[in-house]
Amino acid sequence: MTFLQGIAASNGIAIAKAYRLVEPNLSFEKATIDDAAAEVARFRQAMEKSKSELEAIRDRAKVDLGADKAAIFEAHLLVLSDPELNAPIEDKIQSEKINAEFALKETADMFVMMFEQMDNDYMKERAADIRDVTKRVLAHLLGVQLVNPSMIAEEVIIIAEDLTPSDTAQLNRQFVKGFTTNIGGRTSHSAIMARSMEIPAVVGTKSATNDINNGDLVIVDGLKGEVHINPTPELVSEYRKVHEDYEKQKAEWAKLVNEKTLSADNHHVELAANIGTPKDLKGVVENGGEGVGLYRTEFLYMGRDQLPTEDEQFESYKAVLEGMSGKPVVVRTLDIGGDKELPYLDLPKEMNPFLGFRAIRLCLEEQGIFRTQLRALLRASIYGNLKIMFPMIATLDEFRAAKAILEEEKQKLLSEGQKVADQIQLGIMVEIPSTAILADQFAKEVDFFSIGTNDLIQYTMAADRMNQRVSYLYQPYSPSILRLVKMVIDASHAEGKWTGMCGEMAGDETAIPVLLGLGLDEFSMSATSILKARSQIKNLKKADMEKLASEVLNMQTTDQVIAAVNAATM
Amino acid sequence: MAEKQFKVIAETGIHARPATLLVQTASRFDSEITLEYKGKTVNLKSIMGVMSLGVGQGADIKIAAAGNDADDALNALEETLKKEGLAE
Repeated sequence: MTFLQGIAASNGIAIAKAYRLVEPNLSFEKATIDDAAAEVARFRQAMEKSKSELEAIRDRAKVDLGADKAAIFEAHLLVLSDPELNAPIEDKIQSEKINAEFALKETADMFVMMFEQMDNDYMKERAADIRDVTKRVLAHLLGVQLVNPSMIAEEVIIIAEDLTPSDTAQLNRQFVKGFTTNIGGRTSHSAIMARSMEIPAVVGTKSATNDINNGDLVIVDGLKGEVHINPTPELVSEYRKVHEDYEKQKAEWAKLVNEKTLSADNHHVELAANIGTPKDLKGVVENGGEGVGLYRTEFLYMGRDQLPTEDEQFESYKAVLEGMSGKPVVVRTLDIGGDKELPYLDLPKEMNPFLGFRAIRLCLEEQGIFRTQLRALLRASIYGNLKIMFPMIATLDEFRAAKAILEEEKQKLLSEGQKVADQIQLGIMVEIPSTAILADQFAKEVDFFSIGTNDLIQYTMAADRMNQRVSYLYQPYSPSILRLVKMVIDASHAEGKWTGMCGEMAGDETAIPVLLGLGLDEFSMSATSILKARSQIKNLKKADMEKLASEVLNMQTTDQVIAAVNAATM
Repeated sequence: MAEKQFKVIAETGIHARPATLLVQTASRFDSEITLEYKGKTVNLKSIMGVMSLGVGQGADIKIAAAGNDADDALNALEETLKKEGLAE
C-alpha cells in the first residue's frame, strides 16, 4: 500500500479501480526478421485487432454522438483495409526482411507526407487520421494498450499527468468517479473542471502516473488531498464511513438550497456561482446559487478551429440568462491569453504570457472579436438580468475605451431595430494591483467590481501561479492581499456601488469570515461550494467578523491571520 | 472491362463521407476498379488513393472496372453516385 499527498482540488471521497490516461510508449527499433511469413501473419493479426477495436469505438460513437460524428471512424476503418497501405507493408516485410513495426511506420509516413503536402487544408488534416490509425496498429504490434477514455465502461478513477478541457469532455460522468494528476493546483483547469463535474479530485501529486498501475484500487480523498493506492481492507471501510458522513453532511447542506444567505445577525450576502458553459447551470440551480458571479466566456472559443459566430454566442448567453430566471448573471468578456491559448488566432508566443497581450488588451486591439461578443451579449440582455464585466483592466482609459465600444454597438443594434435591455450594469475585474489601488477613482465610473483573486494574488506577489516552485507565495490570507481587498470594497461602498469576488478565495472556509467582515457583497465560487459556504455564514455574526477583519489587517504574516481566523470561528 | 464518365456535382467534391461510401461499395466486388481524374488513376478500393486525388465539384471523372463482376460493380457505383447526389 502506498500513499501520495497532493492538493485537494474537489471535495468528496472516491474509491475505484485506476484507469491510466497516459500515452503508452510506442518506440521501437528497426530489426531484421527470419520468418517473413510469420511476421506478415503478426501484422495481419494487429490489423484485425485494430479493426475490431475501431468497430467497437464506431458503434459506441453512433450511440453517444450520432452517426455524423461516427463517420470519421468509418473512414478510419477503410484506411485499415486500404490495399494501397497493406500491400506495400507486406511487400516490405517479405522483400526487405524487416519487422512489421518498421514497415508500417515507413509506409504510413509516406502517406502522411503526401497528404501534408497538399495545398488543401481539408486534405492536410487527413494526415492526422492516418497517424491516428497507424498508432493503433503499432500499439497492437508492440502489445501495448492505447488509452481511450470514451470506451470506459466501469467505475474508475482517472490517473493522468494533467487533464486538458478536451480530455475531460471525453470522460463519461457515469463511470468516472474521481481523478488524480501529477501536476496542477487549486486553480488549474483540471481542478476547476472536477468541481464543476462534482467529482472528487486530488491534483499535484507529482508521481501518480509512476506509482499507480491500471486496475490498482485507489482511494481519492478530495477533502484532505490524499491518494491511497491498494489500501488495506480496514482503510477502505474507514473511507466508506468518511464517504457516508460526507454524503450526510451534504444532505444537511442541501436543506439550505432555497434559503437566502444570512449571517447569524441577519446580514445578507449573495452567494453566486462561477460557470463556464450553459451546461453548468444545472449545478448552479441544484446548489442554490443566488446568481452567476462569473460566466467565463472563453470556453465558447476553445476546442474549435474558428471564432464562434455572433448567433452561436447569442444562443449561449440567452440560455444562461433564461436559465437563471431573472437572477443576476455577470458575464466576463473574452479572457484569452496567459495560460489560455486559441491556436486559430495565431498569436505570437510571449516570454511572459501572464503579463502580456491578453484579455481586454487583446480585445481593444482585435476589435472585431470584441464587437461580435458585445453584440451577442447586448442582444441576449433582454432575456434576464445581465451584467457585463471586463477582465484585466489596468487603467481607467482601458475601461473607458471598452465602454465606448459597447455603447457604439448598442446604438448600432438599436438603429437596426434590435432590442437591448435598458439597464445593464457594467463592471470590471479587479485582478491587477494598480486597479485595486486606484479603486476609489474607478468606483466613480463603474457599476461594480469583481475581485479576481487568483490573478490578483499572482500579480501582487509576483509569483507565477503555474510554477510549483513558487506556489508557497500563493497566499490569499496575506495581510497585503486583504488590504487590497478592503480598499476595493470600501471604494465601491463610498460610491454606492457593490463588490463581488470570483476567485477561489470567495469559497474558501478560512477566507469567508474575513471577507464577510470586510463587507464583501457577493461571493462567487464553484457551485458545489455554495451550500457549505451558506451553512458557514449562517453561523457567523457579521459584527464579530468586522472586528476580526480589522485585527487581521494589521497582522504581519499569513500564519498569524489563519490562527486569528481559527480562534475567532472555533 | 467496363468504364463510365461522370461529372461531380456535390459541393464538397469526393471528400470524406462520399469517398467512404464509394470505397465501401467498390470493396464489395472482386473486379479491379479504378478512378481516373486529371490523368491520374487510383485504386477505387483505396480510401487514401481516392482522397489523394482531391476531386472537387465540377470534376470530370472516369470509373473503370475489370473482372468477372465488372458490370455489376459499375452499376452499383453509379447508383451510389446518383443516390447520394454526388455525380451525374
